[in-house]
Amino acid sequence: MTATIIFTIASLTILGLVLALILYFTAQKFKVVEDPRIDEVETILPGANCGGCGYTGCRAFAEGCVNSESMDGLFCPVGGNDVMKKVAEYLGRTVAEKVPQVAVVRCNGNCDSRPKSNNYDGYTSCAVMASLYAGDTDCRYGCLGQGDCELSCEFDAIKMNPRTGLPEVDEEKCTACGACVKACPKMIIELRNKGPKGKRIFVSCINKDKGGVARKACAVACIGCTKCQKVCAYDAITITSNLAYIDYNKCKLCRKCVVECPTNAIWEVNFPVRVPKKVVAEVEKQ
Amino acid sequence: MSKTFKIGGIHPHDNKISVNAAIEDFPVMERAFISMSQHLGAPAEPVVVKGDKVKTGQLIAKSSGFISANVHSSVSGTVHSIEMMPDLAGNLAQHIVINVEGDEWMEGIDRSPEIMREIILSSQEIIDRIAQCGVVGLGGAAFPTHIKLSPPPGKKAEFLLVNGAECEPYLTSDYRIMVENSEEILIGVKLMMSALGVKKSYLGIEENKPKAIKRMKEIASKGYPEIKIVSLKKRYPQGGEKQLIDAIVGRQVPSMGLPIDVGVVVQNVGTALAVYEAVQKNKPLFEGVVTVTGKCMPEQRNFRMRVGTTFESMIFAVGGFPKGAEKLVSGGPMMGKAVSRIEAASVKSTSALLLLTEEETKRGEESNCIRCAKCVDACPMGLEPYLLNRLSRANRLEDLEENMVHDCIECGSCLYVCPADIPLLDTIRLSKGKVLKIIRSRPKK
Ligand code: SF4
Ligand code: SF4
Ligand code: SF4
Ligand code: SF4
Repeated sequence: MTATIIFTIASLTILGLVLALILYFTAQKFKVVEDPRIDEVETILPGANCGGCGYTGCRAFAEGCVNSESMDGLFCPVGGNDVMKKVAEYLGRTVAEKVPQVAVVRCNGNCDSRPKSNNYDGYTSCAVMASLYAGDTDCRYGCLGQGDCELSCEFDAIKMNPRTGLPEVDEEKCTACGACVKACPKMIIELRNKGPKGKRIFVSCINKDKGGVARKACAVACIGCTKCQKVCAYDAITITSNLAYIDYNKCKLCRKCVVECPTNAIWEVNFPVRVPKKVVAEVEKQ
Repeated sequence: MSKTFKIGGIHPHDNKISVNAAIEDFPVMERAFISMSQHLGAPAEPVVVKGDKVKTGQLIAKSSGFISANVHSSVSGTVHSIEMMPDLAGNLAQHIVINVEGDEWMEGIDRSPEIMREIILSSQEIIDRIAQCGVVGLGGAAFPTHIKLSPPPGKKAEFLLVNGAECEPYLTSDYRIMVENSEEILIGVKLMMSALGVKKSYLGIEENKPKAIKRMKEIASKGYPEIKIVSLKKRYPQGGEKQLIDAIVGRQVPSMGLPIDVGVVVQNVGTALAVYEAVQKNKPLFEGVVTVTGKCMPEQRNFRMRVGTTFESMIFAVGGFPKGAEKLVSGGPMMGKAVSRIEAASVKSTSALLLLTEEETKRGEESNCIRCAKCVDACPMGLEPYLLNRLSRANRLEDLEENMVHDCIECGSCLYVCPADIPLLDTIRLSKGKVLKIIRSRPKK
């Protein structure tokens, strides 16, 4: 009886030891060396997992940072320059500062300026609507108003305004991750430099039709009249296929084009309100 | 015994309220808007300029590229302009606008009602004539007919199937021509058979058209023994190419394959008539039968209508917008396209203008999937729409491909049966497009 017990204990102990040894050597042999810096970098990142950096999530981006030679082309739009600086510091590299950007909606045809020519009664999705037809107004380029951009935003920064039927960007919340840019089937949203104190000027329209056609469909469409291009002293405006585009790197924010535009398609944001010239003239007369 | 396809299918109410309206000529409009993109493939290139005088049936635009088709004037008059205009979906296409003056036809078009039975041309000559006359498939996709009748080298057609199923509710244009132009259709079928070099042909008609079946059988038995008239059970989407092939000859077209891969070519009865007119009567394709129907309409009509007639004038020809009409559909309620611009004009393949009331078009509120699997039962392609819908919403393209989303024929059967009113087809169609793009971009083996 005792012999059996002793034999059992002994055999199990030996078996255990042998297996432990095998396990130890296999573990040594197939060890996966993971750079401990990846964990560290991940803790620096905001952890939003939005994919705005182009990677599948924050962990993948951390891996990407650690495994690449320099910081070129790597940017976390949510954390911005601060976070990128911290990551670079930790990895002992330098990083060029990136100008902060913001999502800009390039359509301003609301219910009054761009009347509906038919009613869409299908599924509420811009992508579905765009796959079916040109849209419920006569403008083939404009916002469809079903809110795919709003749905795509992880940061609650873009919201449909029920009054205008157009999305509006909250520039405090927008991290320029680009999710809405990808979501919009009409390619209306663009990431543009935020500008000094948030001041920026852009053409809020992407209608490429000829002036007459565009104007008929929407009262605030860019008609490609080239007036803004002529007035701009800094060569910031180009006009291709009846549509003006302002290069934000060249624009000096002089605002001349804004007044020049006959359809009010050029928007200025975060500028002090100016008194319309007519009013000034009238006040002076009195 | 009537035949039908094996899997899926639904039985929507057929609503063929315009069956008894004989075909009448639609008055020629004041201005015709003729699109250059009436067919699948490259748009045709105009060969006339502003100010030119044209006659009815004159070539006004030439096929450009391999897959393309000629376009002929449907009216006589002066070319007013050549401009970009919206089609029924609001997308721009080049149109030739013609101010109508009288109705003078090109010389050489045989307008007599006499039936020309004798086939004198060789198969290549028939195909050339079809190409010259700009004939396209009138079953929906508007694929140029001469290309379909010239199978790629190495592939041989064994049968020609002719689709007279007209399984879409409301439509009666095919039915009317089968009753009124029966023999012409059979001659058209014979012409296509000799173009393809096939010995046997089947013409499938659904059981709900007994008069058409009877008439076709009668005439076929008298002089067209090589064409067999097949009675089909009433079931949607019987007229789908793959479903029709399964129903009549019991062959399965492989995924991403074409009917010619199983030795079959499918054409529509309307196309057969157009082929007859092109080859035997020298008449290009510039008019066709269009059903103008709807429960809210005071009368139901079948018109022989020139290409380039606006939807607006069709409505006014039948007494203006009826009360309660909410939605205009070009084609049937299942696979037709909503007309978003009434100033858009008809094209060669326009088969119907359907007016629906709000009650008829309303979609129910979407709720959660209850896993009833009705959509799986209904899908004629053997897909699992509820799953494809979920995968589509999550944009899981690899899984979608694995689940054969690219096989979807967009018949809408799943959406029709879903008790939870889930927009199955809407989401599936989106991801189908994405997956097809990926598959096509892969290098061919
Ligand atoms: S901006 Fe684009 S995504 Fe947003 S509502 Fe308009 S069409 Fe839809
Ligand atoms: S604001 Fe001034 S600098 Fe900027 S685009 Fe307009 S005109 Fe040019
Ligand atoms: S629409 Fe597509 S998924 Fe739905 S039943 Fe038809 S083939 Fe199947
Ligand atoms: S029919 Fe509708 S509710 Fe039923 S399983 Fe399919 S998706 Fe779900």
